[in-house]
Amino acid sequence: MEAAGEPGNLAGVRHIILVLSGKGGVGKSTISTELALALRHAGKKVGILDVDLCGPSIPRMLQVQGKAVHQCDSGWVPVFVDQEQSISLMSVGFLLEKPDEAVVWRGPKKNALIKQFVSDVAWGQLDYLVVDTPPGTSDEHMAVVDTLRPYSPLGALVVTTPQAVSVGDVRRELTFCKKVGLRVIGVVENMSGFVCPHCAECTNVFSRGGGEELARHAGVPFLGSVPLDPELTRSLEEGRDFIQGFPESPAFPALSCIAQKILNEAPVGLS
Amino acid sequence: MEEVPHDCPGVGSAQAGRGASCQGCPNQGLCASGAGAAPDPAIEEIKEKMKTVKHKILVLSGKGGVGKSTFSAHLAHGLAEDENTQVALLDIDICGPSIPKIMGLEGEQVHQSGSGWSPVFLEDNLGVMSVGFLLSSPDDAVIWRGPKKNGMIKQFLRDVDWGEVDYLIVDTPPGTSDEHLSAVQYLAAAHIDGAVIITTPQEVSLQDVRKEISFCHKVKLPIIGVVENMSGFICPKCQKETQIFPPTTGGAEVMCHDLKIPLLGKVPLDPRIGIRFRLKAGYRISLEASRGRCPACPVYRESRRSPPCTRLLSVRVATKDSLFWLKPRIHQPL
Repeated sequence: MEAAGEPGNLAGVRHIILVLSGKGGVGKSTISTELALALRHAGKKVGILDVDLCGPSIPRMLQVQGKAVHQCDSGWVPVFVDQEQSISLMSVGFLLEKPDEAVVWRGPKKNALIKQFVSDVAWGQLDYLVVDTPPGTSDEHMAVVDTLRPYSPLGALVVTTPQAVSVGDVRRELTFCKKVGLRVIGVVENMSGFVCPHCAECTNVFSRGGGEELARHAGVPFLGSVPLDPELTRSLEEGRDFIQGFPESPAFPALSCIAQKILNEAPVGLS
Repeated sequence: MEEVPHDCPGVGSAQAGRGASCQGCPNQGLCASGAGAAPDPAIEEIKEKMKTVKHKILVLSGKGGVGKSTFSAHLAHGLAEDENTQVALLDIDICGPSIPKIMGLEGEQVHQSGSGWSPVFLEDNLGVMSVGFLLSSPDDAVIWRGPKKNGMIKQFLRDVDWGEVDYLIVDTPPGTSDEHLSAVQYLAAAHIDGAVIITTPQEVSLQDVRKEISFCHKVKLPIIGVVENMSGFICPKCQKETQIFPPTTGGAEVMCHDLKIPLLGKVPLDPRIGIRFRLKAGYRISLEASRGRCPACPVYRESRRSPPCTRLLSVRVATKDSLFWLKPRIHQPL
């Protein structure tokens, strides 16, 4: 933690996308991970910055939990998830001595680490940096938006689930985005229906329609609905590449569509 | 507190204001004078206030979206089924206050009297407080840093006129940060009975929940037990069960066994729970809370020798196939 911050550690990053939600447990980390995997399959170099300090989920989702973070002249080296080094990841999960250790920090200490994650990680050349956030509109969010502001992030993907109790919190997140001047790329509705594998009946486990209605109310694009799929959950549990492994899953078209929208939104030359 | 050095020793530490990393920090003078380490007078005030509250239970989870607020609401309803039991539900999720919506109290306002803020009463014996009641629009965002959130929590505990209460249930946001530290700190002198920790079966939840358990141990908060929510889904058409959130590492059962913590039970995924709760329209699901024996619940039998609050949290099982721990009762539309 003593490496001096290099002014240009984000200079090689083409596009920065924040994944936000006012609500917890809607699938921000899932969408961040799947988006990164989909962008990688499209031939892009992707970094993931996990600023959920209390609940860092992404190392396990990419099966790199327990890896060590090394230092170089420019700062911390992010952990590479694959041999080809096409996905790199930084998370507080790598800095804990024990996996079950709780990060019991108040705001100022969290802010300080987030600032370090932004300025002291040697990301190198990246097409996309996906920033996964914890739920809420508090210290972490203000810190990450303030620190990334000079780098003009592309915008925010806002994730919700269909039911009213999620939409209620996500409305507030959209207000946050407006207040801090963060563009909303669009709303993603996750956990949107479950197709029973036994009889193919679709049940709206978490109600329906909330995400699309929210996007309409807020005047932002609706990027799509991702249905519940136990195979998706299982892939994340086991650190497997869902995009590669389950192209026939009902969740695959929605996730690919979201990635395609990002690629169209912010094309990165021929790589 | 804006610019704080990244290796800040902490405002309560012996090195506060004196360490090498404190040089240049705008709060150095304050910390060095010892002001940061002095106990907050509100702690004693809250202790006095809490004398009329018999039991205080925190509902926690390291993970978001596992059903803390849903469970808190159900528990409050269940306990308040007995008209002679006074129940209070306090929502300290400042950024994402879900309780007003879940309880069907959106749009209600908080009134002030000589004895403090009045909670919003859903029933004569069920009062609710949330920052949600203080916001003028559903789109209003509470964009507060830690200290301001802490101030709100302090006010909720000190200034709300709860009256004589048998159970105060405190619903929390996910994580192990300001809100959780503040709740434990401000209630330190008032004795918290313990925490009920909510999880879902999959490892991505459990790994956060283990951190929450570690937090409880760190701050010496007793753990009443763990509830596994969204535990299995029964298709309404073919009645076959699917694990939408598969317990790839054994679910809460294995975690509780490893950490020697009671598993209070498992609640299935039920789409009816996702329906908005509204007192004036639609269905309301409540769970029966039993003060007596719970013969169908083996976990409860083991914990019968535990403190009284553990018994009072058990919920009677009554399903024909015994798959589920809790039986929802659907009230007729009003």
